[in-house]
Formats: sequence, C-alpha cells, structure tokens
Amino acid sequence: MNLVTWGLALWQALLYVALAPLLVGWIRKVKARLQNRRGAAIWQPYWDIYKLFGKEARMAHTASLLFRAAPYLVFTATWLAAAAIPLVATGLPTAAIADVIVIAGLLALARFFLALAGMDVGTAFGGMGASREMLISALAEPAMLMAVFTLAMTAHSTNLVSVVEHQLTNLDLLQPSYLFALAGLVLVAIAETGRIPVDNPSTHLELTMIHEAMILEYSGRHLALMEWAAQLKLLLYGALLANIFFPWGIARETTGGALGLGLAVVIAKLALLGVVLAVSETVLAKMRLFRVPAFLNLALLLALLGLLSHVILEVGA
Amino acid sequence: MPAALLCAEAALGLALLSAVTSLFSLRVPRVLRLLATPLIGLSGLAALTAGLVALLNGHAATAELPLGLPWLPWQIRLDALSGFFLSVIGVVILAVGIYAPAYVRDFEHSRDSLPSLGGFTGLFLTGMLLVVLADGAFVFMVAWELMSLSSYFLVAFHHDHAANRRAAYLYLLMAHVGGLAILLSFGVLAAFGGGFGFDAMRGADLAPGWASGAFVLAFFGFGLKAGLVPLHAWLPEAHPVAPSHISALMSGVMLKVAVYGFIRLVFDLIGRYHWQWGVAVLAIGSISALLGVLYALMQHDLKRLLAYSSVENIGIIFMGLGLALLFLATGDERLGAVALVAALYHSLNHALFKAVLFLGAGTILHSAGERDLEKMGGLLRRMPWTGLFFLVGCIAISGLPPLNGFVSEWLTFQAALQVWQLDSGVLRSVVAISAAMLALTGALAAACFVRVYGVAFLGQARSRAVRRARPAPLGMRAGQGLLALLCLLLGVVPTAFIGVLSEVPRQLLGQGLTEATAHGWLWLTPVSPQIASYSAPLVAATLFVTLALGLWLLGRGIRRVRRCGAWDCGFAPPEPGMQYTATAFAQPIRRVFGLLFHIEEGVAQQPDGRRRHFLRVHDRAWGLFYLPVVRVVENAARQVTRLQSGSVRVYLGWSLITLLVLLWIIA
Amino acid sequence: MNLQHLLQLQQLMVVLAAMALFTSFVLLEQTRLVAAIHAFAWQGMLVAMVTVIVAASGAHAHLFFSAALTLGLKALLIPWMLHRLVRRLGLDRHSEPLRRPALVIMAALALVIFSYWLVLPIVRQELIFTRNIVAVSLAVVLIGLLMMVIRNQAVAQVLGFMSMENGLFLAAVSATGGMPLTVELGVAFDVLVAMVLFGVFFFQIRASIDSLDVDRMNRLTERTDEQ
Repeated sequence: MNLVTWGLALWQALLYVALAPLLVGWIRKVKARLQNRRGAAIWQPYWDIYKLFGKEARMAHTASLLFRAAPYLVFTATWLAAAAIPLVATGLPTAAIADVIVIAGLLALARFFLALAGMDVGTAFGGMGASREMLISALAEPAMLMAVFTLAMTAHSTNLVSVVEHQLTNLDLLQPSYLFALAGLVLVAIAETGRIPVDNPSTHLELTMIHEAMILEYSGRHLALMEWAAQLKLLLYGALLANIFFPWGIARETTGGALGLGLAVVIAKLALLGVVLAVSETVLAKMRLFRVPAFLNLALLLALLGLLSHVILEVGA
Repeated sequence: MPAALLCAEAALGLALLSAVTSLFSLRVPRVLRLLATPLIGLSGLAALTAGLVALLNGHAATAELPLGLPWLPWQIRLDALSGFFLSVIGVVILAVGIYAPAYVRDFEHSRDSLPSLGGFTGLFLTGMLLVVLADGAFVFMVAWELMSLSSYFLVAFHHDHAANRRAAYLYLLMAHVGGLAILLSFGVLAAFGGGFGFDAMRGADLAPGWASGAFVLAFFGFGLKAGLVPLHAWLPEAHPVAPSHISALMSGVMLKVAVYGFIRLVFDLIGRYHWQWGVAVLAIGSISALLGVLYALMQHDLKRLLAYSSVENIGIIFMGLGLALLFLATGDERLGAVALVAALYHSLNHALFKAVLFLGAGTILHSAGERDLEKMGGLLRRMPWTGLFFLVGCIAISGLPPLNGFVSEWLTFQAALQVWQLDSGVLRSVVAISAAMLALTGALAAACFVRVYGVAFLGQARSRAVRRARPAPLGMRAGQGLLALLCLLLGVVPTAFIGVLSEVPRQLLGQGLTEATAHGWLWLTPVSPQIASYSAPLVAATLFVTLALGLWLLGRGIRRVRRCGAWDCGFAPPEPGMQYTATAFAQPIRRVFGLLFHIEEGVAQQPDGRRRHFLRVHDRAWGLFYLPVVRVVENAARQVTRLQSGSVRVYLGWSLITLLVLLWIIA
Repeated sequence: MNLQHLLQLQQLMVVLAAMALFTSFVLLEQTRLVAAIHAFAWQGMLVAMVTVIVAASGAHAHLFFSAALTLGLKALLIPWMLHRLVRRLGLDRHSEPLRRPALVIMAALALVIFSYWLVLPIVRQELIFTRNIVAVSLAVVLIGLLMMVIRNQAVAQVLGFMSMENGLFLAAVSATGGMPLTVELGVAFDVLVAMVLFGVFFFQIRASIDSLDVDRMNRLTERTDEQ
C-alpha cells in the first residue's frame, strides 16, 4: 500500500461515478432498440443530471433537516460501497478497508436514510415506498449473504481481492457452488437495484412505485444526487457480478498496459451485462408486490443449494 | 490491584447509600432528585473505573465481605470477566444517573411512593453489582434474589392498573423459576466440587451426564432471565410497565447480568465443552433473534417494541456464545476466543444503544405523555436533540456502519464464516443457515427502526399532545448524549476497545485475540488480514470527508431552500391522518411472515352502533408453550387437592403412614 | 484443493448432478402442472447427460445405449404422454398452490443434509467422489417421495414417482457404472407400461369422483358403502 495504489484507488472511485450514468444510458438505448424505437442517446443521463443540478431545490413544508441531508448521505454511502469493489485492478487497498459484509452494511445505511427521507414529508407515497423497500431488502439480505458465504467458504476470505485472486488461480474449475451463487446473486441484484420484474425504474404510477415513491418529493440537486446514487448502485452490482464470477482480464499489476486492458475488458463485460438486463426487462413483466417474496425465496434457495453443493460435492472427507 | 477492588466496594456502598437516602424523600421529596440519583451516578462511575482497571490489570483479585455465615463467608472476586461486565453496568448506571433527576421530578407531584422508587433502585443496583462480583454460590444467589425482588417492586411501581400488577406477577413467577434452575445447577457443581465457593466448583471433576445436566439447568435459568424464546414472555410485559429509566436499566443491564451468569457458569466453572451444547445454544439464539425482531415489528407500543428488540439482541449474543462453544468443543481455542469477543462486544453495544432508546422513549413520555407510536409524529422538530440521539440509537441497533452495532455483527459473521475450518460438513451447513438467519434478523431490525423513527419523529404529528410536545430538560439530553457519543466512539475506533476486551478470553480460555489488534489501531483483523479486515476509522473518515466535501461543493445548500406544498395529486393537502401508520408500514412483513404470529383481525360492532376494525397480534409462545404448562400444573394441583378430604381422621391417618415410612427408612 | 484432482469430466458430472437436485426442488415447488412436466423433462435430460459422461470415461459401452433410452423415454416420450394426458383432462391451465411453501422447502433442505449425513461413513479416498454423487441421488429420491406426500394432484404424484426413479438411476449409474442391460430394458419398459396404465386410470378416477385430487379418493370407499 503506497501512494501509487492509493492514487489508483481514488481514480477507480472517480471512474465509478463517471461510468454509472453511461451504463444506464446504454441499457435504455438497448431497450429502445428492442422496442423498435431509436431511443435517446447513451449520453442522455449525463445531460439529465447536469440539468437537475442547475434547477432549484424545493422542500415541502413538513420536511425536516433529515430530508435535506439524506441525498448527500445516500450518495456518499453508495459511493464508498462501490469504491471498495475491484473494477479495473485488484491490488488496491480499498478492499482491505471494507470487505463484502461492510459493503452490504454501507448499502443498508444508504437504504436506511432513503427510507427515512421517504417518510419525512408525511405523505402516503413515501411511507408506501419505504415499507415496500424494507420488505424487499429484508428478504434479499439472507440470499445475498448466503451467496457471499458460499464464495467465502471456497476462497476462505471475505476480502474481495482474495476472492477474485482465488477465482483467477482456479480458472478451469466449473463449480456448481459458483453457478448457484451467481444465479442467486443475479436475482438479488435485480431486487436490490429495483429493475423489472421487481420494480419498474421508469414508472410513476402511484401504486407500482417503490424506489420512485421514496424520492418523489425531491427536486433539483437533491434529486440529481438520488438518481446518481441509484445508477451507481446498478453499476456496483454489475461490477460485483462481472468481476467476481468472470474476473478474467482484470489488472493484477499496476502498469499502464494492464490497467488499460482491465478498463477495456470491464467496459465490455458491463456492456454485455447491460444487454442481458435490457433483454430480460423487455421479455418479463413486473410482478405484483406479494409475488416478490417467492422470487426472493428462489434466490435464497439457489444460494442455499450453492452452499450445500459446496459442502457435499466439492470438499472431500 | 486492590484499587480496583476498592472501587468496586465503593460502588456497592454508594448504591446502598442511595437506597438509604431515598427513605428521607418521604419527608423531603427533593432528596430523591438532588441526592439519591446523583449517588447512583457516582456508583456507576466507581463501577466503571473498577471494571476498566480490572481489565487493564493482568490478574484477578479477591476479598471477603463482612457478611454471610461463619462457615460460608461472602467472597468477592474481580477478574477480567467481572471487570468487563462491571464496566458495562457502570457506564449505563452513570448515564441513567445523569438522566434520572430530571425524570423523577415528575413523580414528586404524583401520589407514587418516592422512597420505594429510590430505595428499590438502590437495592436493584447493589444486587446487580454483587452478582457480577460474587465468588461463591451463596453470595451469587443472595445477590440474584435481591436483584429479582427489588426489580419486581420497581415493575409494580404503577400498581394502580391491573395490567401492571399482572405483568409484575408474571415477572416474579418466572424470575423465581429461573432462579430455581440456577440454584439446582450450582447444586450439581457443588456436589461434585465439594464446596460452594467458585474455586471448589472450578476444580470439580464432573461426570459427562451430570455436566450436561448442569449445563441444561444453567441454560434454562440464565436463558429465562436473559429472555430467550420461548422463555421470554415476561420481557415484553414487564419492561414497558416500569418507569423509563428502570426499563433502560433492566433491558440494558439486567439482561447482561444473566449473560454474565451463563458465561461464568459454562465457560468458567464447568469448563469442558460438547459440540451439542454449541449447536443447541446457536439454534435457540437464532430463533430468538428472528422471532424477537418479527414481534417487535408488530408492536405499536414503543416500549414493548423495544423490549422485543432486546429479545432479538440477546439472541444474537447467544449465537456468538453458541459459536464459541462449538469452536471450543472442537479444540480450536483461537476461533472460540473470536466468537466470545464478538458476543461480549455485542453485549456492551446493546447495553449502550438499548439504553439510549429507552431513555428516549422516556423523554417522549415525559414531554408528550404518549407511548403509542400511532399517536406520535413530527417529534424531530419539537425535540431536536432527543431526535438526534434517538437516530444514533436506531442506526446503531440496525447494525449499520460506522456505529458500534455493525462492528459486533461483523465480528459475529466473521466468527461464523470460520466454520470452514471444522471437519463436519453437517455443522458447516447448520452454521451457514444460522448466519443467513442472522442476516435476515439484521435487515428486519433495520426495517423495524426505520418504522419507529419514521413514524415517531418524522412526518406530521398524529395527535394534539404530540403536536405540543415540550422540549426535554438538559439532564435528560445529557444522559442520552453520553450514550450516543459512546456508540459513535465504539463504532469508529473499535480496535482499541477490542484490545482491552481481549483480556477476558485470555483469562477465561488461555488464549487472547492478539491478531485482532496486531496491525495497529486502524485495522480490525480478527483472524488474519488476508481473511478479513475492516478499518472503521477510515470508513468513518471517508464518509465524513466526502459528506463535508459534497456539502461545500454544493455550497448553495447553506442558503434557505424554498418551501412548498407536498405532492397531493391535485386533491386536498396532505393531512396527518393520510400518512402511513406504523401498522400499515409493517403490513407487508405481517403478510409474508403471517404463520409465525397469532393474528386476530376483524370488524367489531361497537355499543354505539359504529363498526370498528381491530387487529391484535399475539405471541404464539403463549398458546404453544405457556398455556399447556399452566394446564398441566393446574391439573396436577387439582389431583393433589384430593388429599384434602376435610376429615380429621384421614389427616391423622396420613400422619401415621408418614411416621411409619420414616421409621422404616431410619431402621 | 480437492476439486483440482478431479478430471474435467468428473467436474462436469458434479455440475450436472447439482442441477438435477435443483430440478427436483423446482418440481416440488412448481404450482403449474405443465411447467412441472417441463422440469421433469429437464431432469431426465440431465440424468441422460450424466450417463453419457460415465460411458465416455470408459466404464461400459452399453451405457451409451442406456443414455439414449433414458433420453428418449424420460426426457421426450413420457413428458409428451403426460402433456397429452393433461390436455385431454383439461388441466393444462391448472395450478395448485402449495399450502406452506416455506416449510416444504425447509423439509427438502433437511432431507438433503440428512442424505449427506447418511453417506458420511464412507471414507475410503477413492470412493469420495462417488459417495458425494450418491448423496445427491439419494436426496433426489427422498425429495421425490416428499413430493408424493405433499402434492394432492394425481398427475403431480406421478411426477414425484418418476423423479424417484430418476434419482435411483442416477445413483446406479454413478456408483456401479450402470445396471446390466437386461435389467435396464426391463425397468424402462416397466416405466412405460406404468405410464400407459396411469393414463387409463386417471380417466376412470375422474369419472368416479369428478376430480383428480388424491385426498378425495377416500370418497370411493364411501360410495361402495352407500351401495
């Protein structure tokens, strides 16, 4: 851990913030193409955020100081969680500061303040969004933790760099536990980032909103921060899936060539994941709220099967 | 070394003095507020000092109190384990001592008996301190009974309501059943050890069956007092009914004394471990944690909710203890130490944040006269400091970084993850499943406290009393502030505290936690840095710096933001009654987990002709566990009453038969 | 790590066995009959693929034939017959909700852990791999039996029975390198005949009691009493 690695860690964190709107723009573009439309440019989310920062922020009469502080807290916590996940290189010290459980904790902190902000104004929408969000996150936590456990039991560590390194050194292994953990984590990622079939990110129908209901009262720079944080969360989960389960191409030294290759490879992986997400969002319909527990139970079952396959099939006597 | 013991004895003396001076408050009510409660605070400070000094020392110290029987003296001992729990008790008592003067001022104008409040509080504290210091079964049981009886009188303080009397009776009954089990457990140990002192019991050579018997009795007795499912029914009845600072003491401290008793008896006195014990403790801990938080989500009485949340956290502590037993049974002392430290740190953290929350509930009761969540709302604007400290408590209890609840949950997860080092695949699966239950519990706890804070402090006020709540006095705010500050400190620099704490496993198990603090104050590495590391100061610092940077860059935030109406779809402006209620917030969870509750819901016809919806959520443990036991006991009692036939000759006949049998036995 | 000692083919076998276990969970939980039949077809195909791998690793050449038989019968013919039966009974949109899904899943997971615990006494180093696959097959058998207990639709019970047979076949193939060919053929034709009989009986049952709910079959005794 020297100055170079810390500088690279900072650069990687800034890269997360810079790339998040691009991923969302790409997904929207692919969805538009699948629906036979031209769609907006992939740079559109950047212009939306810029426009929102320029607008005035207003608050309801009943909102309190927590309403004002929440966007900053949510953005900061999500950004810190994202910065701890290896995006381009593995040798960075951020993974030693925060392991996978800390990342889950930071995302939970962001969600806590998001839900409180929803309840702050004292309308029914915010309460509804907060209540649904807490249900979904409560059911998604055990599935995510089980998948993490399965990975940690194989790699004997919760430090993300150790897990990635373990995957890279055992490249030729086709393990059922990893496959099940991947399937479980994909389902959890869909639930946590609020994509179809759990929540529709582009709806404003009152009875179907979850994330949108909590940020309904926000405007101006506050709304820009909340939207950016949601995009950052999507990039975070995408990077987690791409780099933990398919880590080939990630930079293991800090030379310019390796870093350039790592960046190109991760962008390609994320683009592919974006296409898969867009296709699934087009093909599937949003489930009603009380079907979501069944969805998340499936995720938990997959993660549990991954753990059991690890215990039964992969370890010896 | 004697200094620590002197401080401990001073703490005992101050608590007793507080009880005695409260007697004067019959004549001069102000004595309670001005003299007795500050004495409690001083006692807490002395206990905290004694505990810290004992932890920093390397060895134990004993002394003899001038009470007890000639052949069975009262020995007290201050080693690292006692010192740790003494500091936990001391810090909460100190905060309550700062809080209480302003709180008891309300009682001066009411009909309640001030001497009994102050007297029994002093005796309660004396009992707790003496239990932790006890070095023999005799002292232990006397102090235990003192603690239980004086807390009964405190629970029954507002005895004009029948419900309160019933709650107090249930509490007394269950405390005595638990005490009986503990006494029997000590009996087994004393029989094999040849004496009632803890030294004799430590050296005892127990047969394996008897060791398991002693363990089961101790687990039953201490588990009942700590509030494990299904023996928890007294907790949600008794804790809400007592005055708020007493509830804070009961939930924050008395439950930890039960945990201390369990650790002392099983890890220290019995001293040998079986993996079955570990699995049993782990399983019951996980179930308590999950059921505790689910029931907490269904309550709308704030103090009852906090009581069920205590059940949840005790479950988490016992999960850590179960993991420690598992690891120690398989011979791995290093991992056993990690799990034990996780459980102990969670005990400390729970004492702190539960006390903050109960004191906050007391403040709301004092300011607005309200305990029902459905009548609160918008309190953050009326009581900003209480709101801030309550928020710190909510974040801490939800186990979110960078506060202390997260550190102990992280340590528990890390201890559970080390299960890959065990040989048995079945054990690995079982531990992994209970870790998943812990994750579910943590997420549900966050949901619960979003609900509490959102409904109570945010939004708009749902009743007139709450709309006109008066701000809290300085003493109450200071007490809560001290605890909130400690929550922050223990979360941001945990390594220093864990370094001090690791003296406890070093003395108990012979193996400290050297790896945890080996890499400096910045890093917490319980097993090794490659396996897992967490840098709490860096996480907190990054959060703070980025937050400050963001606020500065978007510096226009300092200016006033313009206000407007909330979004109302073009209909009428939002009324307080349109907000989400606490029951509505928990409805999705109630539907998903419906099988675990006993729900009565319907529409009832009221006497004035109107129809009203009702929803009551009952604890399933009553129907499944308590009522059958009650029925069995009543049936047995009914059988025994047949002996009472009323005829004098029959009674003489029974006496004759008894006499014959006794003579035959002696012969 | 242990897995590094295994050959590529064995790794593939492990993955396929795990996926077969997953399909038995899907069969247990699936409420729609048509989807359950598809899950059963996938299970048959996975078992056939495992047979192909065992055959390719040089055990017995006749296993290729067994694999083809399993694929044809279990993955194609029997699902097709069941699908046709279901359509003729008018049940293709039928969905039967499970009463306590969480408890059922927990029971199934407990069965998996129990099967693992049962095979633990086998500790000879060279048999470890086979032992693990046998544990998974035993779990598939037990979950098939659990399915027959939990579901009360007659077609779902047939699927449970068939999936038990799949589990047994998987255990036989991985543990002993397949059964003798004559036994294979005999069992396969028995299963086929059973399918045809089931088809005939279902129509009879439905004509008698107007439903295919197994719990209502006790009405048959009441009818005979009334007569």
